[in-house]
Amino acid sequence: MTAASYHRHAGPRIERDEARAVVGGVGSGGGAASRTAEGDGGSARSGGGAVSRLDEATGVGVVGPGAGVVLRSDEVSRHAVRMIVVDPGADAPPRLELFAALPRLLRAGDLVVVNDAATLPGSLPGRTAGGSVFELRLSGPVEAGRLAGVLFGPGDHRTRTEHRPAPPRIAPGDRVTIAGMIATVAGVAGRRAELAVRCDEDALWQALYAAGAPVQYAHRSEPLPLWSVQTAYAGRPWAAEMPSAGRPLTWEILLGLRRAGIAVASLTHAAGLSSTGDDALDRALPWPERYEIPRRTAELAGQTRARGGRVIAIGTTVVRALEAAAQDNRSIRLGSGVAKLRLDASYRPRIVSGLVSGLHVPGESHFELLAAFAPAGRLRTAVALAAQHGLSSHELGDACLIVPA
Amino acid sequence: MKIQGQGALVTGASRGLGRALAEQLAAKGARVALVAREAGPLHDVVAGIRGRGGEAHAIAGDVAAKAAIHPIAGQAQGLVGEISIAIHNASTLGPTPLRLLLDTECEDLAAVLETNLVGPFRLTKVLAGAMAIRGAGVLVHISSDAAIEAYPRWGAYSASKAAQDQLSKILAAELDGTGVRVLAVDPGEMDTVMHAAAIPDADRSALPRPGDVAVRIVQMIEDEARAPSGARLIAPRWELAT
Repeated sequence: MTAASYHRHAGPRIERDEARAVVGGVGSGGGAASRTAEGDGGSARSGGGAVSRLDEATGVGVVGPGAGVVLRSDEVSRHAVRMIVVDPGADAPPRLELFAALPRLLRAGDLVVVNDAATLPGSLPGRTAGGSVFELRLSGPVEAGRLAGVLFGPGDHRTRTEHRPAPPRIAPGDRVTIAGMIATVAGVAGRRAELAVRCDEDALWQALYAAGAPVQYAHRSEPLPLWSVQTAYAGRPWAAEMPSAGRPLTWEILLGLRRAGIAVASLTHAAGLSSTGDDALDRALPWPERYEIPRRTAELAGQTRARGGRVIAIGTTVVRALEAAAQDNRSIRLGSGVAKLRLDASYRPRIVSGLVSGLHVPGESHFELLAAFAPAGRLRTAVALAAQHGLSSHELGDACLIVPA
Repeated sequence: MKIQGQGALVTGASRGLGRALAEQLAAKGARVALVAREAGPLHDVVAGIRGRGGEAHAIAGDVAAKAAIHPIAGQAQGLVGEISIAIHNASTLGPTPLRLLLDTECEDLAAVLETNLVGPFRLTKVLAGAMAIRGAGVLVHISSDAAIEAYPRWGAYSASKAAQDQLSKILAAELDGTGVRVLAVDPGEMDTVMHAAAIPDADRSALPRPGDVAVRIVQMIEDEARAPSGARLIAPRWELAT
């Protein structure tokens, strides 16, 4: 079995070799296959076993050997998102709620923290001096005219990342064109590259938004419009992929939280790529990611912990930033930092009490990550409930809330 | 709000009031993203601001185009960081000479609404959420006395500005308590290209300069006590603080 991609999102990705074997002739990534899959996903079930996953090309839940649970993987309107609520400590079983019930599910004195990074148009067309085309997917924010990311050969998101041809060879010092701009290769390490753009900042940003598109994967063939991958509070464009746990947070809900005495605060975390199609690279995901925590957020987090309130992270990028900045279980450093920590079942959060996340099935790496917040058995029950009610595990799908009573 | 160090965005910034507002904000230490349809004139304004030691960036984009909104907001925040001040200044009269409503083509009315009402609404949707989540920001809608008065031949523009005034008031009501202040400002008559297009035979020498009006509007942004959220302010009646 190969290493799974890093599933920050509830995105349909696959454990590749195995999924190929299982999928066989199901779909080839065309739009029709993908759309058909949306209607079928919910009913795809099979008995027995523990592992299931979603196929990147078709978006269909792929039933692995002995799979028990399959979630559908269609897009859900951000106004209609449902959520499985898990209390990791209590004996109460997971239950189904509307996401809009969030203000009622938390308590006055709790703090909700969101990641306000806007999603970059991070998929950029490039060309070598010799005329070979490539794609650069930005893996983080643009700084000082530097574009850092992962290279792919010809093709686009409709081809699964691991099936994309290798990128043309480039070396430091080479001149390339990226998003219509002239750039010099500043560094290359395997398929990771950093390009230094030779134009002023205004022209650089104009070119990025003119030529770039949001990074997306083969399970959805239609291009994602830029607006569709932004949260309702997105600010600076720092994210390579949408911090999607916050997608269903409408202002109705955000203001409802305030009215219920639940504080809402933000940080900015440069959510990176969730998959590169390259085993070695994927095993190291998530890479170190930059974050910035404003004074108000740091203070509210400290006060909330001191009062015995709960700090609820909207998405694992928020968990990563807050935990990276934690000094102890009551205080966090404000300002900038780089999050390097990896979350798994053995990780004991210091600041974050609970989180909102997309839905993930056992076998996905993101499922293991959620195990930092609830026992795996409880999470499996939650996923079974999600399957029973036809919830979607798409990154633009339904949600789960893990919060101790 | 203190202007120093804030990220600001001004639409219609290549000339007239928008240019003057961008220059004023930059002079007070804001990092300013200037938006206009054409890059050429914008670059001249940006170069001028930079020459005086200010920080300014040019973004070519049409606020009336739906697909341009996220790119405008994204470029602006990539360049100046978090936007705390957004001024919806870009606007159009529609075809000039101005026509009676019954002679106004339906498409022309729709186009005026796209530029003066729907475009600012779309941009607000992108920018105001980030302001509200951080708990600070000022949105300014440049209005007109035509939003209130019934001037024959100003129908399309007038309707767009009246609707924008309401958008401003309702946003203020909905964002009450979030730290985001929403203002509508009637700048009064000014010596601008738009004024000349609407009233070609006006005595330009008698008209206030956009720069003088911009000073008042920037004071409104600074002075929350005298310019509370939801207010519709009239620049010529604004008492200048010294």
